[in-house]
Amino acid sequence: MNDPAMKSLLESRLIGRSQIEDIVIVPLFAVFAALVLGAFVMLATNVSLPTIGLSFLALLKGSVGSLNALSETLTAAAPLILAGLGLALGFRAGLFNIGAEGQVLMGGIAAVVVGFSFANFPAVILLPLSLFAGALVGALYASIAGWLRAATGAHEVISTIMLNLISYRLLDYLLGLPFIQKEGRADPISKSVPEAAELPRLLAFIDPNLRVHAGIFLVLAAVAIVYWILFRSKLGFEFRASGENPEAARFAGIHSGVIIVAAMATAGALAGLAGANQVLGVLGRATPGFSAGIGFDAIAVALLGRSHPVGVLFAGLLFGALEAGGRQMQVDAGVSIDLIGIIQALIIVFIAAPLLVRTLFPWGFRKPANPKGRTP
Amino acid sequence: MSRFQHPFRATTKTVGLSAAALIVAASTASAFTACQVTDTGGIDDNSFNQTAWKGVEDAEASFGITGRFLESQAETDYEANINSLVGGDCDVIITVGFLLGDATQTAAAANPDQRFSIVDYAYDPTIPNVLGQVYATDEAAFLAGYLAAGMTKTGILGTFGGINIPPVTIFMDGFVRGVDHYNAEKGAQAIVLGWDVDSREGLFTNNFDSLDDGRAYAQNLYDEGADIVLPVAGPVGLGSAALADEVGPEALMIIGVDADLYATDPQKGHVYLTSITKRMDATVMAVIEAAMNDTFEGGLLTGTLENGGVDLAPFHDLDAAVPDALKAELAALRAAIIDGSVPVRP
Repeated sequence: MNDPAMKSLLESRLIGRSQIEDIVIVPLFAVFAALVLGAFVMLATNVSLPTIGLSFLALLKGSVGSLNALSETLTAAAPLILAGLGLALGFRAGLFNIGAEGQVLMGGIAAVVVGFSFANFPAVILLPLSLFAGALVGALYASIAGWLRAATGAHEVISTIMLNLISYRLLDYLLGLPFIQKEGRADPISKSVPEAAELPRLLAFIDPNLRVHAGIFLVLAAVAIVYWILFRSKLGFEFRASGENPEAARFAGIHSGVIIVAAMATAGALAGLAGANQVLGVLGRATPGFSAGIGFDAIAVALLGRSHPVGVLFAGLLFGALEAGGRQMQVDAGVSIDLIGIIQALIIVFIAAPLLVRTLFPWGFRKPANPKGRTP
Repeated sequence: MSRFQHPFRATTKTVGLSAAALIVAASTASAFTACQVTDTGGIDDNSFNQTAWKGVEDAEASFGITGRFLESQAETDYEANINSLVGGDCDVIITVGFLLGDATQTAAAANPDQRFSIVDYAYDPTIPNVLGQVYATDEAAFLAGYLAAGMTKTGILGTFGGINIPPVTIFMDGFVRGVDHYNAEKGAQAIVLGWDVDSREGLFTNNFDSLDDGRAYAQNLYDEGADIVLPVAGPVGLGSAALADEVGPEALMIIGVDADLYATDPQKGHVYLTSITKRMDATVMAVIEAAMNDTFEGGLLTGTLENGGVDLAPFHDLDAAVPDALKAELAALRAAIIDGSVPVRP
């Protein structure tokens, strides 16, 4: 066991203490610090101390305090996790994809159109078909940015942001087409999807107000599949190799262009599924604002989850809980929902700066082994 | 649309926080609770949602009830927001806005014992536990159109809407017809950019929360020669007022909607020629009173020029700029609209 080669091999196989700290402890402290700072923001805006206490209790109650709260948390988390998985996969391949919002929109509208166009199909065919349409169109839309990067070198950050802007107006246009627009309405709103295309609500037999739907199974499957792709498949190895060191990957015979397009397409498919999940599971139709910022929040979810599928799952659940709990904060304490936005933003700031967290909470971490400190 | 896109929204809302805190501090345990779900744009939008919320605040002051609100940040929130109030102790749930129509209908069907009221939506047939509040806004907008046609120097007026839905376009219909009426009476040639009554098409920002859009749309109309603009998009119009503030009311005046924007947006008060008020505060308070006295019934409550549900606000700072003859004509037109001798709808 004293063989240095053996030791280094062992170290590379085991997850080190430092990684555990990054994956578990940093996010925990980040959430804690964000909540404390959030309390200060409330104090600064003349919210009394008892109200602050009440609002944090409401946050807990509204996210995990009842069956309805859990249902709302899962409903809000599902699309964030799906889109977040796609972004995480892109990050692993070295692609910073800001375009999930547009991919969510395009995937969602595709799912709606397929849903109401084949309204007489049975659910066993129509639902998978609609979901597939969402994933396919999301993948195609994201591939545009991938192709631009591979063929011309246009940076995906810029092209995906521009594709987002295009998608907003494209959606406005599509929702005004007579073939898509709801009958008798002049505003941009699509026809509703038939029941056969809807993701069934799982707990409707207990209470029709419980919104949690079959999309959560989609989420769990997606977590497993993305994990398998990233860490068990040759394609995932190529994604990660390209992300770690594109030069080395190229010399190892990996076709970087193909990998970029494939990674963007996979990410887009997951974002498109997130859009389909929203329209088929929650809304039943498409409107201009149906993405509700999911594609942007999902960036935070992917970062918070450290681009690991399981991490993304938990990060998405946390963001879903914040959304559901934030609603309860408004009801019980009369505190603005915008505070939740502030807390989410603070969490991201702290996660993005692990060294800041380590400095703020030095007792939570082991002292650096080498004097230079460790790279985050 | 998203928190990341509009960081400005977060800062505007903090102003509302202090108000919310005061409400919480003031609310003691009372027998009656009125709950409100806003549309996107926020409770402190200086116009649409704020006016409806004022009805609850007035009821708090007059009847000693407790008021609660939930802000919708996106259309995905409507159903969830209504649901989270259904579980609570709301004696009446008031949803604010046409776009909440479907969500309110679903919730009302699932919870037949819960009283609902919705602003800007009329169900046909009516639902027993939903009281709709609608407004003959075109009657007041007709007056505003007549006024604007009499005031314009360029002969070009502009309007744009938030989303192409009936409670928005009814403003634009009345405005255009008011201008047409002025043209017919006076042989004038004033035109309105931004809305075609017959084809039902016009300028729409497709949202109710972007002040940037409000500014850009007003700039476009101003560049086309319009010197009076009517933005029908809640807080979006505040962006138009910011432009008018810069170029000065001599070059561009704004007609407000929903509330008297001179009062709710005092920093830019001097640019508002007038406002087409839609007294959602009065109808919301009437609904709460009906629910408290158990006289609540499903159906429709209509605000008109006659019952004060819609009206034209005073001219305030621009009062001196409006000729006395035009004021007299407006008073006569107002009476004629109420007695039906001038039809505002074909």
